[in-house]
Amino acid sequence: MTRDDVHVETRGIGKRYGGVAALSDVDVAVRRGEIHAFCGENGAGKSTLGKIIAGVVAPDAGRLLVGGAERQYRSPRDAIRDGIAMIAQELALVPELSVLDNVFLHHEYGAAGFVDRRRASRHYGELADRLGVSIDPRTRVGRLRTAEQQQVEILRALARDAELIVMDEPTAALGRDDVARLHDMARDLRDQGVTLIYVSHFLADVLDLCDRITVLKDGRFVKTVPAATETVDSLVTSMLGRELGQQFPEPLPPPEGAPVVLRARGLTRPGAFADVDLDVRAGEIVGIAGLVGAGRSEIVRGIFGADRCSGVVELDGRPLRRRRPAASVRRGLAFLPESRKEQGLVMMRSVRENVAMAHLDDVTRFGLVRPSRERTVVDGVLRSVDARAASTSLPVSALSGGNQQKVALAKWLVRPPRVLIADEPTRGVDVGAKRSIYELLRRLAEQGVAVLIVSSETEELLGLAHRILVVRGGRIVAELPRDVADEASVMRAAFGGSDPDNPPTRNAP
Amino acid sequence: MNPETQIAPAREPVSTAAVAAEGGRTGTLIRRSRDYAIVVCFVALFVALAIASDVFLTSTNLLNVLEQNAPVGIIAIALTLVLVTGDFDLSAGAVYMLTGVLAASWAEPLGVWPALLVAVACATAIGVVNGLLVAYARIDSFVCTLATGIVIAGVNLAITKGLIKSVTDPAFTDLGTGELLGVKYAIWIFAAVAVAAGVLLSRSKLGRWLFAVGGNPEAARLSGINLRGVRIAAFALSGLGAGIAGAIVASRTGQGQAGDGISITLFAFAAVVVGGTSVLGGRGAIWRTVLGVLLLALIVNGFNLLGIEPIYQQIVQGVIILLAVAADSLSRSGAP
Repeated sequence: MTRDDVHVETRGIGKRYGGVAALSDVDVAVRRGEIHAFCGENGAGKSTLGKIIAGVVAPDAGRLLVGGAERQYRSPRDAIRDGIAMIAQELALVPELSVLDNVFLHHEYGAAGFVDRRRASRHYGELADRLGVSIDPRTRVGRLRTAEQQQVEILRALARDAELIVMDEPTAALGRDDVARLHDMARDLRDQGVTLIYVSHFLADVLDLCDRITVLKDGRFVKTVPAATETVDSLVTSMLGRELGQQFPEPLPPPEGAPVVLRARGLTRPGAFADVDLDVRAGEIVGIAGLVGAGRSEIVRGIFGADRCSGVVELDGRPLRRRRPAASVRRGLAFLPESRKEQGLVMMRSVRENVAMAHLDDVTRFGLVRPSRERTVVDGVLRSVDARAASTSLPVSALSGGNQQKVALAKWLVRPPRVLIADEPTRGVDVGAKRSIYELLRRLAEQGVAVLIVSSETEELLGLAHRILVVRGGRIVAELPRDVADEASVMRAAFGGSDPDNPPTRNAP
Repeated sequence: MNPETQIAPAREPVSTAAVAAEGGRTGTLIRRSRDYAIVVCFVALFVALAIASDVFLTSTNLLNVLEQNAPVGIIAIALTLVLVTGDFDLSAGAVYMLTGVLAASWAEPLGVWPALLVAVACATAIGVVNGLLVAYARIDSFVCTLATGIVIAGVNLAITKGLIKSVTDPAFTDLGTGELLGVKYAIWIFAAVAVAAGVLLSRSKLGRWLFAVGGNPEAARLSGINLRGVRIAAFALSGLGAGIAGAIVASRTGQGQAGDGISITLFAFAAVVVGGTSVLGGRGAIWRTVLGVLLLALIVNGFNLLGIEPIYQQIVQGVIILLAVAADSLSRSGAP
């Protein structure tokens, strides 16, 4: 490879979020005029790498070279000056404006704030021809389908003379036909000399379209290979192979003959998941694995009643009739949501209030809080989850991520639950806190609580769960008992690679 | 995987105490200054007026200030509960006016006390309707209560036909003019409402729910709190407060009068904000609102006593409100 071939190159690029390394020491070279995929599991760092190249995220370490010259982008505007544009997963258009206005949003024709519509329209026509799209430039963007909005984004990138376009999970929200169309456009652009970086975890799409593939794992570079030599299985294999950490407590034997505590049948929420059946026994830990967007969180939210869904949920053999959080909590369901900041805690209120929130009856008499009783109860559960707060009257926002998560869990231990549903129980917490959360989940199971865990970290599920259910496209596609489950079998089921009769579904029914 | 050794509880010092102290230092400072700004302002103004004016510290003047501000104080206290849940009640003033009109209209047919009680009950019912609209029809509370406030003001006008409804029965003025131990009933009621609302907000289950819903509605809902019920309760209490205030004023003046009460709503709102209750929900206290009401009241009183042009009153009040809101927003962004 000669130097002129290389369009963008990273050398030793690293990025940390809080204490967690999203990328470390990554060397990647993207050639001019190729379609280059970044692949990896959830959290492998593929999106972050794309964002660094497009100036959306600034790296903490390493160098970025564009056309052989070192660049330090402070914003996407800097990158666009070098002809690099990004199309994010969440499209960034102004729905109230017309297609034309969106395409030339930052680049308006004319002087003194007035738009020269004639010139803009002519330019739009050229760009649309080049991409082979026929969207009326006067249409309001909000009225377009997702696939068309994406095309508008591409047009906008071209309008800004982009020579390299980073596409983050471009097919995640598209149906089959639209994916084929997108791929045709991508090939056309490549033939016109545009470089494309295609960030995706849909391996079949990647193999269909891309020239070369870079695989990342845990924020590290694994390999860059020609797509022609790869298969879905070979890619999955290179994404895996981590050593299982030592942080998991010795697994318990799965409870034999323990009664089923939580039973769900035929759970369906159109557009999110369909026909989900699952059982969790007393003392059992069941893990739900799958890719981001496969419908894992949606399923557990449906069970808890956080979102409406059809189907039956039974607790101890009796159906939960009114499926909404208040009723579920009364029946002994506890739910640790995915985002403690957005959904789990009232950040500005005190640790004590947050812990007591779900079971205030236990610390009140005649509708009034009994301060000494509250202090005793709260201190007790905080000790049992090993949370440390200088004072329980501090706002939760003053605690570290790990302690916040423990507070969010402690709330459900004021009254021992029958079922604990934990969505990403260790997201964004440090290693020490992770370990104590694992221990806590295990201890609860030992006490007979039915535990259901959703996690993006397969390793975590392998270490904790008695059984792992794999979700793909809103359906449970595999059930793997602990003794047969390994990272490869889980990921294969999640990616849907090795089963030719069952191609990966991207759209939930 | 490794056995027993790993099961031992994690005891490494993940010192949150340190983290909290570190992350919290600047935040705490801002919080502190925000916490006590209202106290400092109030005390400073009080002392300044005591020095500048001979009349200020007389019991006649002080009781007069309290009595004059008891109705708006009661409305502000009730409004605090709504603001804590992250909502707003713009109709409070109109409800306050309506209560007076209803009480005056019903004083003859029903008798004085039943008329006052039924009018206050109606005010509470209007609060419930506001709550239902906000909770079930999912109308933004600001817009919703703006609209219901206009409707209620219209109803006021329709009932009175623009005329003042006077009550001839002298017993009607007992509530507004009577005294106990040399202090007007209005002041006693103001005090009782403040204590009751203070206990409710800081000590009761409902109070905890109000804070939780205002601080993070989604977290509150997922904790099993009935979001709608809590919001409706807050609006009902706001209606009740406006009703009590309306009954006091109608009785004091012996009449009911049409109006939208928007100025009393805004004054009450200003008092709540000046006290340091967050307009974004989740933070606040009744004692803050009481001090906020008294601070604004002292400004008016001071201007009157010192004979300063009343035009400047509004400018001073407006600037103080701006400072209060700015302090709230700074303490939010400064929070770790």
